[in-house]
Amino acid sequence: MSARDDILSNIRRSLGVTGREAPRIAAVEERLRSAPRGVTPMRGQVSRSALVDLFRVEAERVAASVAEVSQAQDIVAEVARYLREHNLPASLRTGVDPRLAGLDWSATSISVTHGPSAGDDLNGLSHAFGAVAETGTLAMVSGADNPTTLNFLPDNHIVVLREADLCGDAESLWDRLRARYGKGVAPRTVNLITGPSRSGDIEQQIVLGAHGPRRLHIIIVRD
Amino acid sequence: MTSPAFKQNAHDALADKQLQQALGNVRAGFIDKRAQAADRLPEFEALRDSARDIKNHVLAHLDLYLERYETKVREAGGQVHFARDAQEACATIVEICKAQGARTVTKGKSMVSEEIGLNAAIEAAGMEAIETDLGEYIIQLRHEAPSHIIAPAVHLTKEQVESDFRRLHTHLPKDRDLTQAEALLGEARMVLRKRFLEADVGITGANFLVAETGTSIIVTNEGNGDLTQTLPRVHIVIASIEKIVPTLEDAAQILRVLGRSATGQDMSVYTTLSTGPRRPDDVDGPQAYHVVLVDNGRSAMLGTEFEEMLRCIRCGACMNHCPVYHAVGGHAYGWVYPGPMGAVLSPSLLGVDKAGHLPNASTFCGRCESVCPVRIPLPKLMRHWREREYERHLAPATYRYGLGVWAFFARRPALYKLATGVAMPVLNFFGRKKGRFASLPLASGWTDHRDLPAPQGRTFQAQWRERGGRTR
Repeated sequence: MSARDDILSNIRRSLGVTGREAPRIAAVEERLRSAPRGVTPMRGQVSRSALVDLFRVEAERVAASVAEVSQAQDIVAEVARYLREHNLPASLRTGVDPRLAGLDWSATSISVTHGPSAGDDLNGLSHAFGAVAETGTLAMVSGADNPTTLNFLPDNHIVVLREADLCGDAESLWDRLRARYGKGVAPRTVNLITGPSRSGDIEQQIVLGAHGPRRLHIIIVRD
Repeated sequence: MTSPAFKQNAHDALADKQLQQALGNVRAGFIDKRAQAADRLPEFEALRDSARDIKNHVLAHLDLYLERYETKVREAGGQVHFARDAQEACATIVEICKAQGARTVTKGKSMVSEEIGLNAAIEAAGMEAIETDLGEYIIQLRHEAPSHIIAPAVHLTKEQVESDFRRLHTHLPKDRDLTQAEALLGEARMVLRKRFLEADVGITGANFLVAETGTSIIVTNEGNGDLTQTLPRVHIVIASIEKIVPTLEDAAQILRVLGRSATGQDMSVYTTLSTGPRRPDDVDGPQAYHVVLVDNGRSAMLGTEFEEMLRCIRCGACMNHCPVYHAVGGHAYGWVYPGPMGAVLSPSLLGVDKAGHLPNASTFCGRCESVCPVRIPLPKLMRHWREREYERHLAPATYRYGLGVWAFFARRPALYKLATGVAMPVLNFFGRKKGRFASLPLASGWTDHRDLPAPQGRTFQAQWRERGGRTR
């Protein structure tokens, strides 16, 4: 007997079932179909207009910084301001996201390169798929547009989030994922990111900048 | 594995000054952070019920959810391997690595990989296994086992880490300043960054396996698990079979109690969902994705009084709140799972003959159960193990003899009354002055480490009657 069949038949023996009982099968199918939400905390159940403020409060609690701009073109000035303020070199690596492709960097001294990171980039720029206000969490998806390596390798990660993509809770984010990819289907990677990387492994003292970015800056586009 | 020597281990741990200094951080850190995070979420207790119910539902339908999960992983282009035991799991992973011609393998933090002894198997096959979680990296340098399931190096002080880094990172300047945690973290980041980029295979554990989508989920703070699974050609997930949840909604419910219970975080920094290998359009990510599902004794726990232990989500809250863990640390337990959860799980996986001491290392204060995010009745399960140990005559003769004497009197209330009626005034007479005994004949096992309070006044039964309590 294969390991697979052995394990499944052990489980069935322990549970006293055959695996062919109709009510059990129906219970599983129903749960997968309806995906009940369970207990949803009130914290994230706020009006659309209050979502940005909630997101900002929660993201700043976990040591991310947040800026708001009123249109996509203003991203450039905000990125330039951020790099200057933190005394960072004027270089930036980003993917080929169409929502960022139209940005005009020529007015700045920032040199922009494109594609996945090989581990030696100081600054990365990505576009979020969405975000969860309840916990100040960004959601990044893998694909052609935003390399997953940019979420982790650069020291400073700047993420653009459209206000319309902001959800109150994780459950609403799952709905958006299903709408994009289909039910029961997921992209290779979804990175839920809540603040910059950290470790508490030495004497329980939290230090920022473990293996991922030391800084996380979020630019919300309120158009 | 030194679980059979728990008593000696505990004895040594109590005398270890450096360990006792480091354990002070556990007592101070985890408890307050959890309490604050739980207090900030009014729905926290309801979410604990919800998490418990989800896990119970999964365990009752585990065969069906495993089949669905397997189908969905395959549909996403991944491969699923089942392993009955530790040896089979190690062999499967070594084979995948060998087929890739791998030389170096990076690893995210995974308790089940510790359980099956994966690093030793990889090294025995001539490949290098590199732990990338800071705590795991430190203990790998020291050739130690983790002493905590989420903070593997919690038994060490900063100075010990500094001296290990100086001993092993010999290519770095000797006069560098490593007195601060920031400097130690920075050095580990720099050393490991190179290893991430050159690795052929990356191995991570899983906090959840989602049947709905065939997704594995890991939860980390450092980002090491993500670099481990994004950069190499192959991503291998190793997970035990009870990690399944039905849907993403179920994962979201449990995530709300996991971070808060573990580190007092509403969410850990990185919660990462992985489904299959990279897609044709993806610009990065692994080209192959394997999942190794490990049973190693779990299917036999289903349907027994220990089934509830399979709800465990490995948050570590039980050990963070355990006075015994606070006193002796994790290594004394002698295997990968310490604290109350280890005291229940280790006898299930190793056998009560080897790990029977562990369920005895409890005061039954109940703090573990009161903080468990999936409401596992840990004291009750430890008591079940004690009963089994007793039934199988594994308990020491003095312990059995003592219990026998007590039971003899307890079943004869008149004799019990007489005996305590004689003993009380005698103890009272000798201990009256100080109110306690620093030593007592036949009771040195107790009085060597703490004083025995001297009886005050009269016996319980006498006081009970005096206050009008009913007697049979």
